[in-house]
Amino acid sequence: MELGGARVSEKLLEIKNVKTYFYTSDGQVPAVDGVSFHINRGETVGVVGESGCGKSVTSLSIMGLIPKPPGKIIAGEILFEGEDLLKLPQKQMRKIRGNRISMIFQEPMTSLNPVYTIGVQIAEAVRLHQGASRKEAMDIVVEGLRLVGIPSPERRVDEYPHQLSGGMRQRAMIAMALSCKPTLLIADEPTTALDVTIQAQILELLKELKQDLGMAMMIITHDLGVVAEVAQRVVVMYAGKVVEEAPVRDLFNDPKHPYTKGLLASIPRLHVKQESLHVIEGNVPNPTEFPAGCRFHPRCEFKMPRCETQEPQLKTIAEGRQVRCWLTEMDAAEVKNEH
Amino acid sequence: MSLLLIWRQLKRNRMAMLGLLIVLIFTLAAIFAHWIAPDDPIAMNLRQSVEGPSAENLLGRDELGRDILSRLIYGARISLQLGLIAVGIGIAIGVPLGALSGYFGGAVDMIIQRMIDVMLAFPAMLLAIVLVSILGRSLNNAMIAIGIVSIPVYARLVRASTLTIKEMEYVQAAKALGQTDLGIIIHQILPNLLSPIIVQSTLQVASAILWAAGLGFLGLGAQAPDPEWGAMLSSGRDFIRHAPHVVIFPGLTIMATVLGLNLLGDGLRDALDPRMKL
Repeated sequence: MELGGARVSEKLLEIKNVKTYFYTSDGQVPAVDGVSFHINRGETVGVVGESGCGKSVTSLSIMGLIPKPPGKIIAGEILFEGEDLLKLPQKQMRKIRGNRISMIFQEPMTSLNPVYTIGVQIAEAVRLHQGASRKEAMDIVVEGLRLVGIPSPERRVDEYPHQLSGGMRQRAMIAMALSCKPTLLIADEPTTALDVTIQAQILELLKELKQDLGMAMMIITHDLGVVAEVAQRVVVMYAGKVVEEAPVRDLFNDPKHPYTKGLLASIPRLHVKQESLHVIEGNVPNPTEFPAGCRFHPRCEFKMPRCETQEPQLKTIAEGRQVRCWLTEMDAAEVKNEH
Repeated sequence: MSLLLIWRQLKRNRMAMLGLLIVLIFTLAAIFAHWIAPDDPIAMNLRQSVEGPSAENLLGRDELGRDILSRLIYGARISLQLGLIAVGIGIAIGVPLGALSGYFGGAVDMIIQRMIDVMLAFPAMLLAIVLVSILGRSLNNAMIAIGIVSIPVYARLVRASTLTIKEMEYVQAAKALGQTDLGIIIHQILPNLLSPIIVQSTLQVASAILWAAGLGFLGLGAQAPDPEWGAMLSSGRDFIRHAPHVVIFPGLTIMATVLGLNLLGDGLRDALDPRMKL
């Protein structure tokens, strides 16, 4: 493995040590606690983790859509094309949202306003950012719907969301998000609410569109299958922190963090006889009372005394690979000593 | 939802159709009063004072010998106009207040809702009487007073619905597309509030007419010789013993209008409710 290799791609989005906390009556909730990663131009990055590990809060932080109060981004930088989004005034942030960074949501059933035809809804986004006339906008919309594979788009623009199936609605959402040709698309669990065949179609569509439009994509999911399908790099999050980051192939072949190992072992396999599915014992801890030391230690199979008191740092172990675990920081002899 | 669909739903509901018929009759009477009224509504004819119903004067004549039917027909003009304008005032002020209150929450919500609380603390009729006394007695001031009294109804209704709708993902999606707060309220939230507002308004027009009749009865609304239903009831009450038709017909008219509007309002509520769809 070559460390510090020659391959340098331009960073489109760089998140540096972002901390998004919520202040509730139960106390301070560090939903995102010092997260750093980056997305290169034209690259697809998967962000994985169980429910409640801070994936969605990370994406909302990027979009500047954290409800304040109770939420607050208390530290960090989010650099998009070199500009710190956290320092931008509201007005400029609105120009970026939907125009240069777009987002698609989990629920295609509720992400479209029931009182407008889909044409009017998508045209709204086009008119907002491109100042197109009503008629020009409609032409762009029809093209957009054709692009996402909606049959006879001229007719579909006049239909209401309730007249479309779930898959069609998600396609319409994607058309809406792509209508202004963003350089970054954030997809928050884009296939979770769809059935499996439609899931495959939507993923295929996202992959094709990414190729054609040359945009970067951040795909948030708890489904490692989705990641394997579309992503080039994976960021694994646990309890508000990044625990492992790796190119997708490396992550699947040689997971380093015990949590990643657990996640991979929990995937049912077709050709291996299994008595029962592997589970990671326990639940994601309540964010108001994260354990001291490594936040994963109560559920970890390889727990050492040190894990309960000291928190490991995110360490680069190879080109593009980072892990937050004491196991990778020490050599075999030390580990033995610990036990 | 298309209008055709709503109409089809409404048509199934017989009581609503009855309501619609009544409202339609009064609306037509109001519009074409000039042509269909058999007599001048304010022409006095003291010789025929409190004459009972006859073939010549279908509903009889009042204490000053004016044709009651004609007065009722012209009165429809006053009442419906008053109902619509008063409700218009209520919507124009109540809906924006409710939407701002529900959407922004926090301090804005607190201030607006406490103002609404103060208004709700007084019985509507009492508040209207106080307002008319301050503004001075006239039909226009009665309209304004009734409009102000209906503000809290809309503010509360809109606030409650806004609270639900602002949590919808399409509102989040609109934000993600760079829509401004005002844009979201106008383009995403208000269109979804249309059906509850329409239903409430139908019922509210009925209340406004009733309140106006009440104010008219107390002499605080329309002034003589305007043929306002409540005022007719009031001036005729001295003759209730020997010429009951002078009060019965205005009373029946008020009742029929309010009933019609309420039946229509209930029917609309059912027709616009998506859960009632088959």
